[in-house]
Amino acid sequence: MRSKKDPDRSRQAKGNFSRRGFIRGVGIGGGALGTGLLENAAEAAPATAASAGPGPVPITLNINGKPVNLTVEPRVTLLDALRNRLDLTGAKRVCDRGTCGACTVLMNGKSVYSCSVLAIDAQGKAIETIEGIAEPGKLHPVSAAFWNHDAQQCGYCTPGFVMAAKGFLAEHPNPNLEDVEHGLGGNLCRCGTYMGVRQAVLEAARTLKTQGGKNG
Amino acid sequence: MQAFEYSNPASLKEATALLAASWGEADVLAGGTDLISLMKDSLHTPKRVVNIKSIHELGGIVRTAAGLRIGATVTMDELARNAEVRAGYPALADAAAGIPSPQIRHMGTVGGDLCQRPRCWYYRQGFGLLAMKEGKSLVTGGENQYHAIFGGGPAYFVSASSLGPALIALEAKVRLLSAKGARVIPAIEFFVTPQDESTREIALRPDEILTEILVLAAATHSATYEVRQKEALDWPLAAASVAIKMKGPVVGSARIVLGHVAPTPWEATAAGEWLAGKNITVETAEAAGKAAVEGAQPLSHNTYKVTLAKTAVKRALLAAAKVRA
Ligand code: FES
Ligand code: FES
Repeated sequence: MRSKKDPDRSRQAKGNFSRRGFIRGVGIGGGALGTGLLENAAEAAPATAASAGPGPVPITLNINGKPVNLTVEPRVTLLDALRNRLDLTGAKRVCDRGTCGACTVLMNGKSVYSCSVLAIDAQGKAIETIEGIAEPGKLHPVSAAFWNHDAQQCGYCTPGFVMAAKGFLAEHPNPNLEDVEHGLGGNLCRCGTYMGVRQAVLEAARTLKTQGGKNG
Repeated sequence: MQAFEYSNPASLKEATALLAASWGEADVLAGGTDLISLMKDSLHTPKRVVNIKSIHELGGIVRTAAGLRIGATVTMDELARNAEVRAGYPALADAAAGIPSPQIRHMGTVGGDLCQRPRCWYYRQGFGLLAMKEGKSLVTGGENQYHAIFGGGPAYFVSASSLGPALIALEAKVRLLSAKGARVIPAIEFFVTPQDESTREIALRPDEILTEILVLAAATHSATYEVRQKEALDWPLAAASVAIKMKGPVVGSARIVLGHVAPTPWEATAAGEWLAGKNITVETAEAAGKAAVEGAQPLSHNTYKVTLAKTAVKRALLAAAKVRA
């Protein structure tokens, strides 16, 4: 339900604007501050609060344990920064409206929809993506359990599910089936792999326990 | 999404100075779970976005002499887990925990829950709060299965707030702050049924920030019961929050507030009054449910919501009084 019923698609074009005009209008030079925020860059703000944009501003994100510098407009979401700027395409852009879970990453250990977080707002947080959860060539116990239980078909929802499951297990190391159902209530799978996913998460909980609870 | 200036004030004084006197200039950003979608759909096109998550005093749940002070940037996850909220104000804890997506609970805030815009698909597609076209409501003649069964128009969207009904049942207040000063209003006055497109569905003014919620010292039994089509990623079809003050073995006073049935949380005053002096039993809870939906005016596709609302009231009352059905 709550599907995006679209009574009149022609209305969607509303609110278009010239991106270039905005950047030109503000005139932020290269003198950005090291903090990633520009002091009153646009028209003078009536207060001293740090302001940035609307043009591109340098930011620093902590991704999979490493600081990454990039320059983005404040309107760029964390998801788009990951996928389009940093080549981390594991998190998927499906609904882009916080209603499917395909873009799930962990921020300070908690699952969030990266499509609904501004990249500039994610500074100072430990961001973990599917690319960073295991050594190259190895599978994280959660990923391995998904493999064992055939918990994907097209696989589009899978990275989001794995990250949501990882975040969930960090807080609920001993879940039962019902806990898993509720704990993954923020992710949808169009292929209907829920049964496999739930079994996978239960198995991952067992594996993580025998490995001394290392879910890192 | 239209480009905007991002401000990250560290104090309320700075934050309120960054807001403007009319809508469309600046938007307050907390969890972003609604605002970012609204901006992507060009429903909000602010020139400035004011992040309030760096303002320390907007966080935290603190017990005061009068009750509980819940900061605007407290997340739904924090609220649902807070021991004091769970023990003293189960209606609030239930409502926060009822949001099925952990990702939304992790980011979504208390202030954002109250200030989020309606989910009505006509509104989300750009037809405005009243969804009028050529003088006619698109809702009454259209796809209205998730719309209002109370209020009688001209607005037919339903308030999307999870906490609103519980806060009204608990007689909570909200504090709103602008550069000119603060005002504290009862939660019930925070929600407004717009009569035209220039009014918002909340009493917040464009230059104000919702800073905190004040809940009275717990003297009540309370609960929230939501009915959903599925247990994931969705808003309830109907919900009820109830708060009961006991007088010895019987109900002294009761407040029953329905959610997702009207443009505001909908208080069923008569049903609450009817319960006074009675025991909560399966029979009285059911009768109160029936009384609560009296006068409902369902639209062409949502008569089913009347039954759901009635059942939500009954189950919330039984949960609050800890009576097994
Ligand atoms: S893409 Fe973010 S929740 Fe769907
Ligand atoms: S496996 Fe296809 S969407 Fe989940």
